[in-house]
Amino acid sequence: MESLLLDTVRKSRIPAKLDFYQSATGLILGLFMWVHMLMVSSILLGKDAMKFVAGMLEGSILRGEGDHGYPILVTLAAMGIFTLFIIHAALAVRKFPANWKQHKVFRQQMSMMNHDDTNYWYTQFITGFIMFFLGSVHLFIIMTHPDKIGPYASADRVVSEWMWPLYLVLLFAVEFHGTIGLYRLAVKWGWFDGADPRATRKKLKAFKKALTIFFVVLGLASLGAYVKIGVEQINNDNVGGRYTRVSSTNQ
Amino acid sequence: MSENIEKGRILKISILRFNPQLKGDKPKMVTYELEEAPGMTIFIALNEIREKFDSSLQFDFVCRAGICGSCGMIINGQPDLACRALTSKYPSGEITLMPLPAFELIGDLSVNTGKFMRAMSERIGSWIHDQAMDEIDLTRLEEKMEPGLADKIYELERCVECGCCISACGTKRMREEFLGAAGFMRIARFHMDPRDKRTDDDIYEIIGDDDGIFGCMSLLGCEDYCPKDLPHQTQIAYLRRKMVNLR
Repeated sequence: MESLLLDTVRKSRIPAKLDFYQSATGLILGLFMWVHMLMVSSILLGKDAMKFVAGMLEGSILRGEGDHGYPILVTLAAMGIFTLFIIHAALAVRKFPANWKQHKVFRQQMSMMNHDDTNYWYTQFITGFIMFFLGSVHLFIIMTHPDKIGPYASADRVVSEWMWPLYLVLLFAVEFHGTIGLYRLAVKWGWFDGADPRATRKKLKAFKKALTIFFVVLGLASLGAYVKIGVEQINNDNVGGRYTRVSSTNQ
Repeated sequence: MSENIEKGRILKISILRFNPQLKGDKPKMVTYELEEAPGMTIFIALNEIREKFDSSLQFDFVCRAGICGSCGMIINGQPDLACRALTSKYPSGEITLMPLPAFELIGDLSVNTGKFMRAMSERIGSWIHDQAMDEIDLTRLEEKMEPGLADKIYELERCVECGCCISACGTKRMREEFLGAAGFMRIARFHMDPRDKRTDDDIYEIIGDDDGIFGCMSLLGCEDYCPKDLPHQTQIAYLRRKMVNLR
């Protein structure tokens, strides 16, 4: 009560901080997802490449025993991302339509104008909502199974442990939410404005579209590769088996 | 003689007709057909409809030249000024007109933007704030302003209060208390003016919350539909950076 009354004397600085941290967490998560996708897609270069990347994640270089490192590092990293994810969700949910009427008015506005940036926001709202659930499931599994990242273990998770439908939806949700979000951050804070902000915005928008397509295609190709390996695992009766790099034993 | 004049195509103009003052009146779309004339604007077409078909049709205009901001309306889904919208821009010849949403409806295409703009001006204190002005010596010449700065201020001052930015804003439509781009532009204008002595902290008191600058979701309808091409995106981003950096 006291603080509420104080706010009438001098406006709280909290809304400024909330706006800033929503953007900051979004920026980190957005950029993280680019790195994440590039690492996941290492499977397209072969099982060895993916195993190497997975080993590096565990800090295998510190341990010096081939591709084995400290899986706890993966758990800690996933916990960090999960924390940012929850903070970002909590801050972003402030912008969600608060009731049916607000939602109806927004939908009506969209159908009236058919305006790109207005439509993008709705895409972000829907994909954000989807990620509350699917993102949490994925993060929890990685947090609790840090040692099960590898060409065979990941492929088993995708196929034998039935994660492919979740990953398929999550892929589209992340890539649309992330690239739109990074574009919006740039225009929201006026980064890269330069001498002609309007021309910059056009370029940013084109770049955003290209990135969405690039990451969705890369993601689908990678998911396809894991599905293929996962099916082979079943056919070879090797579900639960672990992949060892040919070269890793020599290191 | 008349055969030599090429006949224009027939335009089909559908208008949302509704008079809230009339008891029992319900909103309905009414379509009028008229011949297109060279250089015809929506504003000219509306006058013709009122002359030929229905003298009760309500719409606002003053200047007919995109200066007064009175004739803002939704033309085929897009907020725009009727006096600047050429009918030739619509290849199908079918044009739908609606009143600007987010404003009080007077009737048909006429909305009360004035009431809104006045409330906005009062909310942000849309005038020079300077304590020393109370004891101003009217016999002394005003301090000079650099022409470059005057131009910059004028650039933001070009707002005609048509209301297109407000109607184009999904955030404003969803949240009635949200200030909207016309308000941010006005704040930015006074912030730039050295005669206004309000500090950044004073500005924060006006726009430092989710009804103000932090409520803006960067949908950029304001930027894309402003008939005067005001730099809404850069000014809103500027205010946001300024307000976030305050201690």
